Amino acid sequence: MDFVNAIILLLNYIFIPALTYGSQLALGAIFVTLIYGILRFANFATGDMMSFGTMATILFTWYFQSLGVSLGVLPTALLAIPFGIIFMILYMLLIDKFVFKYYRHQKSPPVQFAMVSIGVMFVTQAVVRIIIGPADRRFFDGEKFIIKAREFKEMTGLNEGLALKSTQVITIFVTIVLVSLLFWFLNRTKTGKSMKAYSDNEDLALLSGIDPKKIVLVTWVIAGILATIGGALYGLDKSFKPFTYFNNMLPIFAAAIVGGIGNPFGAFLGGYVIAFSEILLTYAYKKFFIYVLPESMEPEGLVQLLSTDYKFAVSFSILVIVLLYRPSGIFKGKVL
Amino acid sequence: MRKNLNVIAAYSIMMVLILLVGIFQSWNIALSIFNLCLISAVMTMGANIQWGYAGLINFGIMGYTALGGLAAVLISVDPVQEAWRAGGFDILMALWLIVVMVLVIRFILKRFEKSKIRTYSIAAIIISGILLIRFSAEPGIEAIEAVDPAKTGFLGGFGLPIVFSWIVGALFAGGLAFIVGKVALGLRADYLAIATLLISEIVIAIIKHEDWLTRGVKNVIGLKRPAPYEVDLQTTDWFIKLVEKFNSGKLSVIENLADRQAALNQLVIEGSSVFVKLCYSGLFLVVVIILLILTQKALYSPWGRMMRAIRDNEEAANAMGKNVVKQHLLIFILGSAIVGIAGAMLVTQDGLFTPGSYRPMRYTFLIWVMVIVGGSGNNFGAILGGFVVWFLWIEAAPISLFLINFFTAGIPETNALKAHLIESVPYFRFLLMGLGLLFIMRYRPKGILPEKIEIK
Repeated sequence: MDFVNAIILLLNYIFIPALTYGSQLALGAIFVTLIYGILRFANFATGDMMSFGTMATILFTWYFQSLGVSLGVLPTALLAIPFGIIFMILYMLLIDKFVFKYYRHQKSPPVQFAMVSIGVMFVTQAVVRIIIGPADRRFFDGEKFIIKAREFKEMTGLNEGLALKSTQVITIFVTIVLVSLLFWFLNRTKTGKSMKAYSDNEDLALLSGIDPKKIVLVTWVIAGILATIGGALYGLDKSFKPFTYFNNMLPIFAAAIVGGIGNPFGAFLGGYVIAFSEILLTYAYKKFFIYVLPESMEPEGLVQLLSTDYKFAVSFSILVIVLLYRPSGIFKGKVL
Repeated sequence: MRKNLNVIAAYSIMMVLILLVGIFQSWNIALSIFNLCLISAVMTMGANIQWGYAGLINFGIMGYTALGGLAAVLISVDPVQEAWRAGGFDILMALWLIVVMVLVIRFILKRFEKSKIRTYSIAAIIISGILLIRFSAEPGIEAIEAVDPAKTGFLGGFGLPIVFSWIVGALFAGGLAFIVGKVALGLRADYLAIATLLISEIVIAIIKHEDWLTRGVKNVIGLKRPAPYEVDLQTTDWFIKLVEKFNSGKLSVIENLADRQAALNQLVIEGSSVFVKLCYSGLFLVVVIILLILTQKALYSPWGRMMRAIRDNEEAANAMGKNVVKQHLLIFILGSAIVGIAGAMLVTQDGLFTPGSYRPMRYTFLIWVMVIVGGSGNNFGAILGGFVVWFLWIEAAPISLFLINFFTAGIPETNALKAHLIESVPYFRFLLMGLGLLFIMRYRPKGILPEKIEIK
């Protein structure tokens, strides 16, 4: 019985939260890696673009709520996401037309692109803050829990409760669907394959008649979808605050690089690597050991490897180690 | 003289702008803008050495700034004897363990050939070492943090004059840059940017959460000053006389003696804070001028020529027998050390150390905007960038408020859109910075004062 309790404990505090957080990171990391692979620059505006998409989603959610439209037990935001995506894509295409296109035609070095993306980051941050303000906003409605901890305890008679939030299930489900669709698109359709070809060797791809304008357009469309959904899911699960989104850029970068930048599947797994290591290393295992070990061997301290303050530092240290020993990432991305 | 006309013109315009702030807003605001412009200028000089001279991209400026600030705390605060008694021994033991660990790793690296076993054993030593240090230092740290937590709760510093910390801050930042450079300098440019950004976040995380050393988010306030205190000045005879002399025209108009005394008191209070700010300006100006002379000398020396050669063509410089890796590391350390000085200066001026305020927007990206806008590779350009960008960063809110009111003059005050815009005035500075950066990058990619190399 104690053993089952211990498993439930880990599920509740480590596995499910890490899976949710990992999914959110993974979507962002695929966004980074696609931009890097196809448009060839590190996009420092990642976090702020995600917050722009989320902002559009929130505005539509409020609009629907004011109309009285809702999805019942599901959050209204799910209905608003497609509209948010349209706005996000329009914004990205606008930026591409006025900013990035020029440098692409100039064949500027990646560093210059990165600098320009910092300019875009400042502008986007201003736009988001001017429109919606810097405050913390929750836009979740509908049923909050699928299983409540207390109900679970009563149902199974265990000591440990398992709480399953509906946002967690939605996040994981949407991520699986979206990522499978994306990989199907990249690996099976003609456009997807030409994107891969363009990413591998630009000149060769152009020689074989691939239209670069179309590739760039499709990339921004996919990026817009990923950014908005990733951002909206994070906002639903936690809350929306422009500053947090800017900060989230860092673990997202870490996930993309750990997975091997330019490799979408690597980025997907990288998100989970980062999320699980952050949570595994900063969780206090005291209760777990109380369940598993006999009473005489119970630990005195919290049995916490690192304090939760160092959550971000964990992912960054992983990144530094990966960069040192395997610069192409765990799953073989582009060689740096 | 003639060829430097644009430099002189640009700086004169900048000075006139600051003077205008002084005349129309207040001299206090003008001087505090000027002081922070000087500090920003030191930071941009550091970043410019790395980016403009050598083409190294360093997005970790925030980390070095914070280390400089930490130096200011560790140098100037009086030691907390009680905390030392409570946990000093444990901390020293932990430090000693770290030194032993580093020595053991160095020994292994030297003695054994590169192999899988060596890598794994080093990893094992590091992990077990960290665990050992964590658990052995734990009681000491707790004891230190328990010592009067509302006031101290940390080890304190050395109780020396705070100006020393400007040098120590440079040493700290240079030390960190040595480690970071050893680890990360082999990476390609944009990865180096990401890696340094993340490492600086790690540094901030440590400063924020190691309360025994830095007091963390509880902040350290009331640091010693190199300048006199306002309160002391207000009761000093020579200062009151000075103020009286300066304002004799204004005062003589007032007939009533009591009124005149009241007016004088008001002027003394205002004058004291202006005087203190002027003291800081003097100190900072000395630092800026010394650094400017040194960096200009370096730029035109054989070493500067070599750095430019490395920047423009690494392979060719390498083929000519220049040690690219070593020079990159050196310049990375030098640039970061200068940023460290700026960090210490900043804390000196504020008189407080707030780890929570170190954010990449303000301390990394804004500095980069300064370097790019001002003109990378040109020291005068970098300093000008620091001035222009900081000035706009502060004055963006009043300017945009004016513009909003100007364009919406016909709309009534109660209009929701107008009210919303006026409420979000503080965020227009981000817009201004972003647009400024984008326009400069597009239409004047070398900055306001471009790099101009002449062989003397």
